[in-house]
Amino acid sequence: MEFFVTLVQVLDSTIRLATPLLLACLAGLYSERAGIFDIGLEGKMLMSAFFSAAVAAVTGSVWLGLMAGIGASLILSALHGVASITFRGNQLISGVAINFLASGLTVLIAQSWFQQGGRTPSLFGGGRFEPISFPFAEALDAAPIIGPVYSELLSGHSILVYVAFLMVPLTWWVLYRTRFGLRLRAVGENPAAVDTAGVSVVGLRFAAVAICGVLCGIAGAYLATALQAGFVKEMTAGRGFIALAALIFAKWRPWHAMWACLLFGLLQAIALRFQNIDLGGIIIPVQVMDALPYILTVVILAGFVGKAIPPRAGGEPYVKER
Amino acid sequence: MEKMPKWADVVLIPLISLILAAILSTLVILAIGENPVEAVNLMVTGALGSTYGWGYTLYYATNFMFTGLAVAVAFHARLFNIGGEGQAMLGGLGVAVACLYIPWPHWSIALLAACAASMLFGAAWAAIPAYLQAKRGSHIVITTIMFNFIAAAFLNYMLVNVMRPQGSQDPATARFPEAVHLPTFQSMFSTAENAVFRGAPANISFFVALLACVVVWALIWRTRLGYEIRAYGHSETGAVYAGISPVRITIIAMLISGALAGLMAINNVMGEAERLVLNATEGAGFIGIAVALMGRSHPFGVFLAAILFGFLYQGGAELALWTSIPRELIVVIQALVILFTGALDNMVRIPLEKLFLGLRKGAE
Repeated sequence: MEFFVTLVQVLDSTIRLATPLLLACLAGLYSERAGIFDIGLEGKMLMSAFFSAAVAAVTGSVWLGLMAGIGASLILSALHGVASITFRGNQLISGVAINFLASGLTVLIAQSWFQQGGRTPSLFGGGRFEPISFPFAEALDAAPIIGPVYSELLSGHSILVYVAFLMVPLTWWVLYRTRFGLRLRAVGENPAAVDTAGVSVVGLRFAAVAICGVLCGIAGAYLATALQAGFVKEMTAGRGFIALAALIFAKWRPWHAMWACLLFGLLQAIALRFQNIDLGGIIIPVQVMDALPYILTVVILAGFVGKAIPPRAGGEPYVKER
Repeated sequence: MEKMPKWADVVLIPLISLILAAILSTLVILAIGENPVEAVNLMVTGALGSTYGWGYTLYYATNFMFTGLAVAVAFHARLFNIGGEGQAMLGGLGVAVACLYIPWPHWSIALLAACAASMLFGAAWAAIPAYLQAKRGSHIVITTIMFNFIAAAFLNYMLVNVMRPQGSQDPATARFPEAVHLPTFQSMFSTAENAVFRGAPANISFFVALLACVVVWALIWRTRLGYEIRAYGHSETGAVYAGISPVRITIIAMLISGALAGLMAINNVMGEAERLVLNATEGAGFIGIAVALMGRSHPFGVFLAAILFGFLYQGGAELALWTSIPRELIVVIQALVILFTGALDNMVRIPLEKLFLGLRKGAE
C-alpha cells in the first residue's frame, strides 16, 4: 500500500512536470510541421514566465498575467518569423538569439522593476492558478485504488494542465482533419506545391509560428504562476530543449508527443524524489536521470530504434520561383 | 557579376549590424532608467582603463577566440556546431586529468600535455554528433545541443562522485599542483618597480590562442584539407563531383572544431581556476557563435570579435559592480549581435546590395 501511495505521488508530479513540456512540445510541433525549425522554445517560455509573473504580481490577476505572458511570447515569435520567413535568415541562429535575448532581458527588466535580484515578488491568492477539484474528489478519496487515482492523480491540478492535455486531441484534429492542418503539413514538406495551389506559404508559416508563440506563452505562464509562485532567473532550466527532444522522440506527431512528454516528466519526477536510485547493489546516480531524455533523443535521432525524419522542408527558407 | 564589392561584405555589413545592436542596447539601457553615456564610460574605464582591466578583457577574449574559432571552422564546412559549450566542458575534464594525475616537472611540459588532453577530450565529444551527422544524417544542431546537456550531467557526476577530494563539500577537483600553474601576465610583464596586470587572470594561454588563430587561417586557406572543407561548405554536390568525401570532411571539420573548443580549458581551468569547478565554461561556448558570426568566420575577424566580447564581458562586470545594471545586459547585447549578424543578415544585406547596384548603374 505504501508503494501504491508513492506511485500515485510520483505519477501526480509526473503530470505536473510534463505539462510545460507538452505545451512547448506541441508549440514546436506546429512550427516545425510548417517547416520552421524552432530552438527558441526555451526563450519564449522564459519570457512568458517572467511577464506572466510580473503582471500577475502587480495586478493580482493571474488571467491578466497569462495574457501578458502569451503576448510576450508572441513578440518573440514575430521576431523569429520576421527573421526566418520574411528575411529568409538562418532559423537556428535566430532561435539561439531569441534564447539569449529572453535570458538577458528577463533578468534586466526584473531587476529594474522589482529590485529583487532578477526575480518577481512571490505570487499568492488570485495571482496564481489554483488547483481545480473534480466533483466528489473528497468523498471518493477513501475508496481503495480508485480513490487516490481520482482525487490525487486526475483531480486537483490547475486549469492549464487540463488545457495542455486537451491540446493533444485538438492538435491531432487540426493537423489531420482540417484544411488548415493539411496545408500546414504540406508547407513543411513541399512549400512549392502549396504555392502553386495558390495558398500563401508566408501566411501559413506565420500562422504556425504564431500558434507556437501562444502555446509557449501558456507553458511559461504555467511554470511561473501554477507550478511555482513567481519568476526566478533561468527558471525554464532547459525545459524548452527537453520539449524539443520530446518532439523528435515523438517524430513530430501529437499523440506520441504526449507520451514522450509524460516519459520525460516521469524521469524528472523520479530524479526529484529519489536522487540516487539503488537497484539491488547497482546505484543509478541522479545525473543519469537528468541526462536520459537527451541520450534517448540522440539514440532515436541516430536511427537505431526507428528513424526520426523531420519535415522535409524544415529549416529551408522558401524562395518563390520567378 | 558581384552584387557589391568585397570590402562591403566583409567590413560594412558587420559594422552596420554592430551599430544596429548598439542602438538597440542603448534603448534598453534608457528603458531601464540608466544613463547610456555613463554606462559606456564605466565600461571603457573598467575594461580598458588599467592593466588590471586589460588583464580581464584579454582573459575573456582568450576563451572566446578558442570557441569562436571552433564555430568558425565548422561554419566553413556549413556545419553549425552549437556544442562548443559541452566540448569545452569536456576539455576541462581533459585538463584536470592531465594536471592532477601526472606529476609534471615544469609548467611548459604540462601545458603541452594539457593542450593535447583538452583537444582530445573536446574532439571526442564532437566525434559522436559528427559521426551521426555524416553516417546517419542526424541533424548536427540537435545532437550537439543534446550533447551539451549530457556533458553537463556527466561533468556533474564526475565532480560530485569521482573527482571531489575526500572531505570536501565543493563539487570541484583538488587544486592543481604548484608545478603546473601557468605564468600569468602579471609574472610575465611586471618589473621589480612596476607591477602590471596585478591580480588579473590573463595568462600565457592568450598566446596559444593567437597561435591557434594563425594555424586555423593557414589550415583553411593554405592547405588542401582547408580547401576541401571550404569547397564542401560552398556546395556539397560540387565537392562530391570533385571527389571530396562528405563523410570525411564532416567528421574532420567537427573534430577540429571540438578540439578548438576543448582547448579553451587551458585558459579557464588551468590558467585561471587552477582546478575544475562546475560550470567552468560560463557560457563561453555559446559566445563563440556570436564571435564567429561577427568575425565572418575568418580568424582575424574572430580575433577582433573576441576582443570586443572580452571588453563587453569585463565592462559588464564593472557595470554590475558600480551601477544597478545587472551583468545580463551583456547577454542582451550578445543576443542582438547574433540576431543582426546572423539571423537578420539579409535585412542589412539586401538594401545595401540594391544601393551598390544603383551606384554602379549611375556610374555607367
